[in-house]
Formats: sequence, structure tokens, C-alpha cells
Amino acid sequence: MADDKTNAAEYWKANVRLIFGCLAVWAFVSYGCAILFRPLLAGIPVGGTDLGFWFAQQGSILTFIVLIFFYAWKMNKLDEKFGLGE
Amino acid sequence: MSQFAINLLFVGASFALYIGIAIWARAGSTKDFYVAGGGVHPITNGMATAADWMSAASFISMAGLLASGGYANSTFLMGWTGGYVILAMLLAPYLRKFGKFTVPDFIGDRFYSNTARLVAIVCLIVASVTYVIGQMTGAGVAFSRFLEVSNTWGIWLAALIVFLYAVFGGMKGITYTQVAQYIVLIIAYTIPAVFIAFQLTGNPIPMFGMFSTHTESGVPLLEKLDDVVNALGFQDYTADVDNKLNMVLFTLSLMVGTAGLPHVIIRFFTVPKVADARWSAGWALVFIALLYLTAPAVGSMARLNLMTTVYPEMAGQTENYEEAANNPILYEERPDWFRTWEETGLINFTDTNEDGRIQFYNDATDYTDRGWEGNELTVNNDILVLANPEIANLPGWVIGLIAAGGIAAALSTAAGLLLAISSAISHDLIKTMINPKITEKGEMLAARISMGGAILLATYLGLNPPGFAAQTVALAFGIAGASLFPALMMGIFSKRMNSPGAVAGMLAGLVCTLLYIFTYLGWFFVPGTNMLANTPDNWILGISPLSFGAVGAMINFAVAFAVSRVTAAPPQEIQDLVESVRYPKGAGMAVDH
Repeated sequence: MADDKTNAAEYWKANVRLIFGCLAVWAFVSYGCAILFRPLLAGIPVGGTDLGFWFAQQGSILTFIVLIFFYAWKMNKLDEKFGLGE
Repeated sequence: MSQFAINLLFVGASFALYIGIAIWARAGSTKDFYVAGGGVHPITNGMATAADWMSAASFISMAGLLASGGYANSTFLMGWTGGYVILAMLLAPYLRKFGKFTVPDFIGDRFYSNTARLVAIVCLIVASVTYVIGQMTGAGVAFSRFLEVSNTWGIWLAALIVFLYAVFGGMKGITYTQVAQYIVLIIAYTIPAVFIAFQLTGNPIPMFGMFSTHTESGVPLLEKLDDVVNALGFQDYTADVDNKLNMVLFTLSLMVGTAGLPHVIIRFFTVPKVADARWSAGWALVFIALLYLTAPAVGSMARLNLMTTVYPEMAGQTENYEEAANNPILYEERPDWFRTWEETGLINFTDTNEDGRIQFYNDATDYTDRGWEGNELTVNNDILVLANPEIANLPGWVIGLIAAGGIAAALSTAAGLLLAISSAISHDLIKTMINPKITEKGEMLAARISMGGAILLATYLGLNPPGFAAQTVALAFGIAGASLFPALMMGIFSKRMNSPGAVAGMLAGLVCTLLYIFTYLGWFFVPGTNMLANTPDNWILGISPLSFGAVGAMINFAVAFAVSRVTAAPPQEIQDLVESVRYPKGAGMAVDH
């Protein structure tokens, strides 16, 4: 029982760490590259405009998709590793 | 075949499909009715979620919003997709593990309080009712434009179709019609976009075409668009935004609002396993992105097409935009689609300087030296997608497809919202709070009657839209983001969060958000009752009332945290409940509680 508990606590910690990592990327591409840092990226041209504009209209959405699948894949591995899957 | 007959054929065929699904997918139990039996494949659910999510506004208005706002309106693109990232990581898998039917179910049980449950029910109903009115009016517009029936008949017809599959099939019927509706709407959206991208840039994939070269002038498309709108006094399409704080908060409000909207969350209760809920969120975003990555291309290309229709010499120009600006087309020589849409009143022309030509420009800039006496053309944003096939000279069947697609987008979202509303009434209000002894059969009947009632209410409000009907973004996203999202998240991630904390937080977030919105948009949106004019100068720290949901969410978190620290910890069985939702193991059992 005690083992189960530490095991479960470890699993949850790993999950929270993973979420923090993913959300850091989530915030970086949308609030960072697309909005706040757009002036800094103005020098990088992308098809008639700049990189910040591309992130705002396409790049962030594409990153979001990758993030969710990455999270789902990682969590499946965690479920398996800790024996907590279904 | 006349265009009317083609439209009728496409819309009629799509309706026959929906009704066929309704007959096939009847709900036999409350589990069928609320969560489609709980056995929906994650990809199927992803597709249904995409249709559930993409409303008449996404289908019809989004491209227009981008066309008129350019970069500044990227907020909608990021906000309405980024919400799925937090939904996939912070809510969906755990709520699926919890294994009940509704959002108030979780809030009421987790915070062991019927007050919390009631606050959640009220938030859910206000947000969803506001949202559903727009779907009914959207369906009405699509019907009246394409099927030549009155708006009123259009709304009744939409209500009848939804009634057929939602009352009999519940979530089961809704899920499979949403899949069909997704397919209809994505094909309808993509085909004209592909043609237009190909015509303008030679690249048939709209999302790439947008960033490639405009064939006629040899200049990159977005640069071309900037030059054209600039010559007419408009802001550059790609121009940066000064008020970055507001842009960040608006995007964040849309994201947390998206994650907190009950009609989206309950879709993830229909998959068999916790892991499926995670995958399904990814698939949902893939299907949503197919439209949301195309929308900015449609927006920018339609704007350029519109400008070069009015100023034909602009199209091939690389230098002399000033000269080209002096030669807009003669009103008499306007294209056919222009005439069609003038009849609907969505395009308006007044020849202010009486030269017989169409001067279309931003009249905040003074162009009296060009002999212009004011902008002469107004174009409603919403027609860009609807008129796209005509602008690009596409065959009649594409127009029929657009008609079926617009109606599919409106109906699929309406059905999802109606299910959220009716299950809150029959399950949370009647079964959990008023009469826990109700039989399975009795609850099923209650669910069907609530669904019928919700459809009638939505129809009535669609026919007589109240003042708040236009406030979907402020009201639905504000409430979902400031009240429901934080409560759900804390219920999962904080074991220490207790009933007084959650209730105080939800109410604080809700009240502050509503007060801020009402201050600028009027008490309960009654015109003239606003205490401050809704202009950027008056906004606190430049935060627009539409962006306040994110601030409301922060207030919710802060108040809930403070109150929970000075009140007793939740009982042991609640802490065990929180433990159990965190681990996927055993979700299969939890379903059949």
C-alpha cells in the first residue's frame, strides 16, 4: 500500500512536470513569438511579412497540435511505467 | 438546373443524411443520451468535437474578421485553438476518469456542495443559452440566403431538424450527426479556398498560398495586400498592435473560455478510456486546424480580391498604387455577385461624389485632393465566405455546398449546446438536486422533455434576439473562463481546495467579470445604461471588457486560494476522490456507477 502511494505520487509529479514543460512551449509560441516578441522577430522575413505574423496565424496552431500529441504519447508511457494505465 | 434547385438539393441531401442518422442512433438509456454510451472512438469524437466547436461564427464570420482586422484579429485563431492544449492537459482526462455525465456533476461532487452545483448550473445555462442564440440566427441567415425562405421559417426549420436527432438520439444521435456535419462543412469551406488560392498564387494549398507570391504582380501576397490597403488609407494588414497587454489577455480569455465551455468538455465524456480523452483532444485540434489554418488565407485573399475588384488596376501594380487608386470601377460595370449581395443589403453603395465610380477607402484619411468625398461602399464581413465561390466564378454546386456547410456548422454547435443545457436540467437539477429517486425511465423522459424545452427556448430567442445575443464572446467565454475553468482545474490539481473556497472563487470571478463587462456595455447589455463609454481610453490599464475573462479567472484563483486556507480542509473521502481522478486506472468501472 505504501509503495502504491509513493508510486502514485511519483506519477502525479511526473505528470505535473510534463504539463509545465508543455505549457511553457504553449505560452512561448502564442504569447511570446506571436505577440510580445513580434518586434524582435521582425528581422526574419516569412513570405512577404515577418516570423511573428506567421506564428500568430499558423505557427502557434501547428505547435499546439504537436504539443497535445506529444503529451498524450508521453502520458501513455508514464501510465505504463507506473502501471496506472487501464 | 437553377441555383435555387442546386442549393435545395445539397441542403436537402444533407438533411436526409442527418435524419437517417437520427433513426439509426436512437438512445436506449440515459448513458446513451448523455454520453453516447461512452464508447465513441477518439478520432470519431475528435471530428464530432470539431463540428461541435466550429459554429456559424467560425464558418461564416471568422475569415471576415481576419480580413478586416488582419494581424490584430489573430487573437481569435490562437485563442480558439490554444484552449484545446489546456483542455487536453488540465481538464479532459481527469474529468473523463471521474466518469459522470455533466460539468455540474463534477463541481457538485468534488466540492460536496449543492451551492457549488447550482452556481455551475447557472453559469452553464447562461453561457450556453447566449451561445445557442447565435447559432439559431446564423442558421436563419443561411436558410434565407440560399433557400429563399424567410428568416423565421429558416429558424423553425433548423429547430425541427435538431429536434429530430437530439430529442430521440441525445448525445448518441448528436455525435454521429456532428461527424457528418464536420465532413460537409470542411469540404464546403476548403473547395472555394483551394480555387482562390490557386487563382491568386498558383499554389492550391491555401495555408501555403497565403505566404507565397501573388501571380499577377510577382510580389508576395501579404506585401501586395499591405500596399493595396495602404494606398487607400487603411492600416497595413500585417501591422503590429500597440496594446499588447490587451492582446495577450484577450487571447488568454478565449483560451480559458474555450477550455471551460461545458458543451466542449462533455464531448470528452464519450470516449472509452482516459488515454482516449487525451488523444481525442489532439484529433479535435487537427480537425479544427484544417479550417482555422485555411481561414486566414481566405481572409487575406478575399480582402485582396475585393480591393482589386473595385480597383482593377491595382492587381498588376508594383509601383503606381496612387494612380491605380484614381481609377475604381464604374458602378454600372460592377460584377454580378456584387448585384446579388446588394439585394440582401450586405453590400451597400452610395455615390457620395456622384462620379459614377465606387470609391472604397478608409475615410478617416483625407483624400479630398483625389476628389473623394467619403467612403461609398460598405461590405458586411460575413459575406466574404458566402460570396467566395461567386467572386472566384466557381460552378453552382460549390455554392450549394457552401449553403449546406453553413447550415451544418450552425446545427452541429446548436445541438451540442442544447445537450449541455438539457442535461444540466434533467440530470443535475432534477435527478441530483430535486428528485434523486427518479427512475432511469423517468430521467430519460425528463431528458427528452428538457431537450424539447431547450430547443423551443432557443428558437424563441433566435426569433426575438435579446440585447445580449450579440455578446457571445463577452458572456459565454467570460463566464466559462472566469467561473467554470478555475473551479474545474482547482478541483483536480488542489487537494486542499474546499467547498467555501471554490464557491467564493467562482462567485468572485463571475461577479467581477460581469461588473467589468456591464460597466462598458450596459447593465445586462441594455443600451445607454453603461457607466463609462466603451472606448480604449476608459478601459482600466487598457483592458477591454472582452479581455476581462482572464483577469476574472485570476481573481477566482486568488479568492479561492485565500478562503480555502482559512477554512477546514475537505473531508477524507473527497481527497480520495481527487486522488482517484488523477490516475487512469479503473476508469472503465467508474463509468457504470
